[in-house]
Amino acid sequence: MRSWRSKAKPPADKLLVREKDDAIESELFFRRVLITLFAVFLALLSVSGRLVYLQVLNHDRFTTLSESNRVRLQPLPPTRGFIYDRKGVKLADNLASYHLEVTPEQSKDLDATLTALRERIELSDADIERFRKLVRRNPPYTGTPLRFQLTDEEIARLAIDLYRLPGVEVKADLTRHYPLKSLGVHVLGYVGRIDEAELRKLDPGQYSGSTHIGKTGVERSYEDVLRGRTGYQQVETNAEGRPLRVLRSTAPVPGKHIHLTIDLRLQAVAEKVLEGHNGAIVALDPRNGEVLALASQPIYDPNLFVNGIDFASYRQLNTSKDRPLLNRALRGIYPPGSTIKPLMALAGLEYGVVNRYSGVFCAGVYRLPGVSRKFRDWKRGGHGSVSMDRAIAQSCDVYFYDLAISLGIDRIHEFLDKFSMGRPTGIDLPGEKGALLPSKAWKRKVHKQDWFGGDTLSAGIGQGYFLATPLQLAHAVAVISQRGDNYQPRVLHATEDPSTRVKTLVEPRQLPPVTVKNPRFWDAIITGMIHVIEGGTAHKIGIGAKYRIAGKTGTAQVFTLGQSERYDAKRLAKHLLDHALFIAFAPVDDPRIAVAVIAEHGGGGSATAAPLARKVMDAYLLDQYDETISAGLEPAQDVRSDGSE
Amino acid sequence: MDRNSVGGMLKWISFDLPLVLGLLAVSGLGLVVLYSAGQRNLDLVIGQAIRLGLGFAIMLTLAQIPPYHFRFWSPWIYVAGILLLLAVIVVGDISKGAQRWLDLGVVRFQPSEIMKLAVPMTMAWFFAEKPLPPRLPHLLAGALITAIPFVLIAKQPDLGTALVVGCAGGVALFLAGLSWVIMLGLAALLAAVIPLFWTFVMHDYQRQRVLTFLDPESDPLGTGYHIIQSKIAIGSGGIYGKGWLNGTQSHLDFLPEGSTDFIFAAFSEEFGLVGGCLLLTLYFFIIARCLYMATRAPDTYGRLLAGSLTVIFFVYAFVNSGMVSGLLPVVGLPLPLFSYGGTSLVTIMAGFGMLMSVYSHRRTPSR
Repeated sequence: MRSWRSKAKPPADKLLVREKDDAIESELFFRRVLITLFAVFLALLSVSGRLVYLQVLNHDRFTTLSESNRVRLQPLPPTRGFIYDRKGVKLADNLASYHLEVTPEQSKDLDATLTALRERIELSDADIERFRKLVRRNPPYTGTPLRFQLTDEEIARLAIDLYRLPGVEVKADLTRHYPLKSLGVHVLGYVGRIDEAELRKLDPGQYSGSTHIGKTGVERSYEDVLRGRTGYQQVETNAEGRPLRVLRSTAPVPGKHIHLTIDLRLQAVAEKVLEGHNGAIVALDPRNGEVLALASQPIYDPNLFVNGIDFASYRQLNTSKDRPLLNRALRGIYPPGSTIKPLMALAGLEYGVVNRYSGVFCAGVYRLPGVSRKFRDWKRGGHGSVSMDRAIAQSCDVYFYDLAISLGIDRIHEFLDKFSMGRPTGIDLPGEKGALLPSKAWKRKVHKQDWFGGDTLSAGIGQGYFLATPLQLAHAVAVISQRGDNYQPRVLHATEDPSTRVKTLVEPRQLPPVTVKNPRFWDAIITGMIHVIEGGTAHKIGIGAKYRIAGKTGTAQVFTLGQSERYDAKRLAKHLLDHALFIAFAPVDDPRIAVAVIAEHGGGGSATAAPLARKVMDAYLLDQYDETISAGLEPAQDVRSDGSE
Repeated sequence: MDRNSVGGMLKWISFDLPLVLGLLAVSGLGLVVLYSAGQRNLDLVIGQAIRLGLGFAIMLTLAQIPPYHFRFWSPWIYVAGILLLLAVIVVGDISKGAQRWLDLGVVRFQPSEIMKLAVPMTMAWFFAEKPLPPRLPHLLAGALITAIPFVLIAKQPDLGTALVVGCAGGVALFLAGLSWVIMLGLAALLAAVIPLFWTFVMHDYQRQRVLTFLDPESDPLGTGYHIIQSKIAIGSGGIYGKGWLNGTQSHLDFLPEGSTDFIFAAFSEEFGLVGGCLLLTLYFFIIARCLYMATRAPDTYGRLLAGSLTVIFFVYAFVNSGMVSGLLPVVGLPLPLFSYGGTSLVTIMAGFGMLMSVYSHRRTPSR
């Protein structure tokens, strides 16, 4: 290496006596400085290389990260549509309410914050547990609801200290509210908080920002209509997640209002007359399948479920022997008993095994060839000689035993299936049961047994394996009243766009009509049903009627509610009264209402069930509603009543 | 000499023009970036400009003092610094979990800052009269001069300053002519000592920082957050950057310490690779100029002092830019002339002042 200062060589005696030699030291220093400079160059070059790696090679990745840092998608939940009855009476709306939200990342010490909140408002362990569960699932820097339905007092107490609790916010939202409480609850249903099972199934985009979902009733079946579409806001946020400005937003589309076919006044009458019984009343408009009333007793207040029912109330509702949560109209399955007889008679005519005038002698007992067991008529001593008309009017069992044997179970099954027996009618409410129209194949499959003649006899009078829901019976009597014209029962009358207020009426949905070889077959059974009221088993309800009624009583002898265990049923039948059933339509010449009534353990159909049906029909056909019923059921101010039917 | 004209004044004042221009370029760019990184807070920029002005004044003042004054005071400053460091251990203020500050009633200051100048000065002072390359006893004595403040500062704990002081002393030894054999031996020794250092000397938060450096994603909401956000800022800047005042990472507070320790990330986000390379080039120019000036010193004291001070500046620039870009562990060192803040700025400018003094008094021996 060349020195720029001195070319002087070190003295020869350097190794013996070392002295300071500036020339040597200067050259040494220069070399070391060059090395240092080179090291500095390499170090800074490595930083440049790092910059190339980050800014050129990974630029796209970091741009994405930077954008997702900056931009947050905020869901804007839509407003849920209201629910009205057919006259515009409001059944469900939304009330402003306040809930407490905590953003864990913003509160310095979450446990301390929760403790501080507990000193100010009521917080149950369940609230906190649910909150912690949600926090784990939510992305960071999002507020998680801790308590719903804050009272004014609680809001005031929180407001004082809110500034001391970072990350804690009181937020306004809308809560579902059912102003009429339990009235019509089995049609209406309720909304509740989205649970974990639902969360897995739901579209996460549509339901982000939503806390509630329809759980049952129309709230569930028309969830998609009521809900609307979630809007979005792209907001620029800072590192704390606080929104700074809105970059882009798509407004939510509010859910549509829905108008039910239910007339709430009639619904109130039905629920009231059924009070004291467990049971159901279903009233249909037979001309289009519209459900006018669908009552199931007991009832409950849907408001309890909106923000999480408390444990004690839920236990009470859920374990009560009366099972108030059960919608008996759709899900209560009962032996239809004698109410099935008009259909059996029609089947007999259709298959030509009887004619209208052929008679059977009823001695009160029926014997099946080769079977020792005697099948009894409900009337000791029997009805004597009966034709079809009298058999229906007096509900003669022996006539129908004979008819059932002549038909055989295969033909019974084939014919009654046309009336939606044994399968759901397809009403627009969730959870409808198909009940049971027995057949040989069914018995083989479920009970691994052959079909016996005795089974056919029982089925012939709506007993044995035969089960039906009140809705199926109402639907069947509606089809009879229309002489075969068949409409699917439904509760949706119209949807309404909340902004334009334009109503879209729902068209009646026609099912395959029930056709018979001779239309006069219908006259035969309808006449029989008229004679049930006029001199028959239900003659008492015909007294003073301002219109003609066709009906059929029924008394079911076994207790099979929700369980078809035969052993249980027999044991219980000894202790409990029979179910009282009644089906009817009116007026006979221009049927406008078809009704099915079931009162569990109500005793006889004629004594207990028929008068209830009469009251419902009176109210509807004569527009007789007393003050106590119609009070509070005025159409909502903002809704134009839709008088047309 | 015409002392009334500006030119005359400049000739009269001793300073190095290329170095001053380099420093002005970096600090000017720093002010521009600070305006953006500090959320357009003009007060912040003005405050920093005042500090820079003060720094330049200190630099120019020191540049006028002939080096032999520094040489005379070197050991005394060193002894005073050590005593203050001991005082910190006894009565110092604790801030952010580390005991660094000494409250003198009027001002609080960090005695460790003094050592950044005292160690190069004392090392140069110690080797000034020793024949070089140094013999082993001298080497050990020199190492001790560095080791005492290094340990005291590392114990505070202030890893960044300890690193700077250690590098300053180490480079002084290297420039003095430390033989390669010893260096290799030391390197081997270091490899053996590091595990012990890890276990017994380092504090939890320092260990955590090293671990997080190795895998920042492992703790994205804690320590790793700084590096992740900093890398996002730099990476999203791309080649040409997002433009001045357009950096989202720094403006929306995603970048922690965006105007102090992590200002390089804010700068790189807005000015991209082009800006980053320009800044690194300016730093290299300053360091190269300083090293050139060191070679022109007339004696050992001047050479070692100048060389050691230059390396301090380099360590700041390298460790900070390396840390912010995720190349080096998170060590709390500011980017010199760029980061907002005063203490280290004053030290660094004082260092440049002494450097210029050595260079401009190169015909005046330091004796």
